[in-house]
Amino acid sequence: MTAAAPAARSAPRFEPALMRRKLTGTIFYGACLASIAFLMLALALLLFDVLTRGLPWLDLDFLTHPPSARPARAGVLTSFIGSLEIGVIVGALAFPIGVAAAIYLAEYAADSRLNRLLQTNISNLAGVPSIIYGILGLSVFVRLANLGPTVLAGALTLTLLILPVVIIASIEALRAVPDAQREGAYALGASRWQMVRRSILPAAAPGIMTGIILAMARAIGEAAPLIIIGAFTFVTFVPNPISGQYTVLPIQIFGWAQQPQADFQGISAAAIIVILALMLILNGLAIIVRARLSRHIQW
Amino acid sequence: MSAASITLTHRRPIGERIIERLLFLAAALGVLTTLGIIAVLAFETVEFFLQISPIDFFTGTRWSALIKPQSFGVLALVSGTLLVTAIALVIAVPLGLLAAVLLAEYAGTRFRTIVKPILETIAGVPTIVLGFFGLNFIAPHILRPLLGADNIGVFSALNGGIVVGLLITPLIASISEDAMRAVPRGMREGAFAMGATKFEVVRKVVFPAALSGIMASVILAMSRAIGETMAVVLTVGTKPQFTFDPTESVQTMTAFIVQISIGETAQGSIEFKSLFAVGATLFVMTLALNLLSGWVVRRFRTGYS
Repeated sequence: MTAAAPAARSAPRFEPALMRRKLTGTIFYGACLASIAFLMLALALLLFDVLTRGLPWLDLDFLTHPPSARPARAGVLTSFIGSLEIGVIVGALAFPIGVAAAIYLAEYAADSRLNRLLQTNISNLAGVPSIIYGILGLSVFVRLANLGPTVLAGALTLTLLILPVVIIASIEALRAVPDAQREGAYALGASRWQMVRRSILPAAAPGIMTGIILAMARAIGEAAPLIIIGAFTFVTFVPNPISGQYTVLPIQIFGWAQQPQADFQGISAAAIIVILALMLILNGLAIIVRARLSRHIQW
Repeated sequence: MSAASITLTHRRPIGERIIERLLFLAAALGVLTTLGIIAVLAFETVEFFLQISPIDFFTGTRWSALIKPQSFGVLALVSGTLLVTAIALVIAVPLGLLAAVLLAEYAGTRFRTIVKPILETIAGVPTIVLGFFGLNFIAPHILRPLLGADNIGVFSALNGGIVVGLLITPLIASISEDAMRAVPRGMREGAFAMGATKFEVVRKVVFPAALSGIMASVILAMSRAIGETMAVVLTVGTKPQFTFDPTESVQTMTAFIVQISIGETAQGSIEFKSLFAVGATLFVMTLALNLLSGWVVRRFRTGYS
């Protein structure tokens, strides 16, 4: 498109190839749709494969029996209870510590170097592979604190693992509360803690609770750190949370999936259905809690 | 209290100060965790290096911790890890970015309410389930019929890479979508006003403007793939080897750590100590990537106001 274009040619048009450009766009849009379709297909195949393999094995006996060397008699009772114990302890520990840390970082911390360090540190911890937390738990909780391979040691390890997630979600929920809410509390003569406790926390509760429940789901689905700290065992009795051996659902799935026989793959799939159902329940709970707690909040 | 004694600089009540201290302690627990991780890894790794030369460890390409003669060349595990990670990224980057564009630029509200939960479901599935899927479905029903059972075994880096790719796709999609949404509407409208098509707006305006966030998402996904454990343990096998052939069975750093942990390895033995040296290598690699992703966001962020 030079200035000396011959007059005979038509004036340079702004849209020399509109058809082609629109076609490129359509192809690109098609590729976008195809990528989503591919992901949906993968998820559907996964669910289909697990359900067809696992459903024949899934009955009441499967839920009420401990594992066994014979697939027909094996069940998930011990690992299911192990997972529940882990989930409850992790939730009970991560909730107060995580929310307290988030309150400090979002409501108290001045913009000092120390506080920026704390914040950066937490986002970096969120990126540490879970298996590294297993190594930490093995050295600190199992050996140094001499807890042994117990539910408590496992729960403490997973608490450290999910704390960054809980803290980050809670900070986001606290930051979403408008400043007018804080100023209103101060104007009524509240101290900083009274303002946080009575005014900000209730307003941020839906976001915080959702974060905690999803973090608990994450803890229940984790296997790698617990394998490192000795939960990969054959447990035929209901675990005592403070002492004694235990195992959890994902590790039970792993143990069975390692066996070459098709029957073991079947009960492994049945255990996957159990853990997916547990995840579904927790996610549903998060949605309900969110809806209930945010009924009275409007700004 | 007389009026004269009232000052504006009043001391905060003791209860308030105690609460602030307690909240600070909770926040500082994170630093303790970090220090704990570094101390544990450093201490045990030094013990390991007293017996095995660090030069052999970092430059050797043969890893045989459980079968005599022992050899601790971590490159065999690192290459397995990077091979799986590379395959995962080849799958996840296009899939994740296209999904992100769809969500951020094309999708209406109704479409989003269908697609977002699908991505979140994939992200929330325990990774052991994806490993099971790779072992029982992808290998026997897709890879082996497609490539020929003679060419690829049940366990392969390709299988592991596909599974890990599926599981990091939602991560790339969701961070990239946020980055694209943060691009101001006015920039798109400016481009439309100049006659650009929708695709040209996405490619020449939105994508460059969101590039820092997109790059950060890819780096984070890479770090996640390197540290992924359960999906890999069931799919890549237990054969540490220095290879870049995706059809080969390999062993990743994480899979080795699991293998040592479920075996009957004596706690003071050199192969047990190697677990910490491998863990330290993994930790340094993922930490470097996480710091890099933070730096990319800060360095290349385009501010809009």
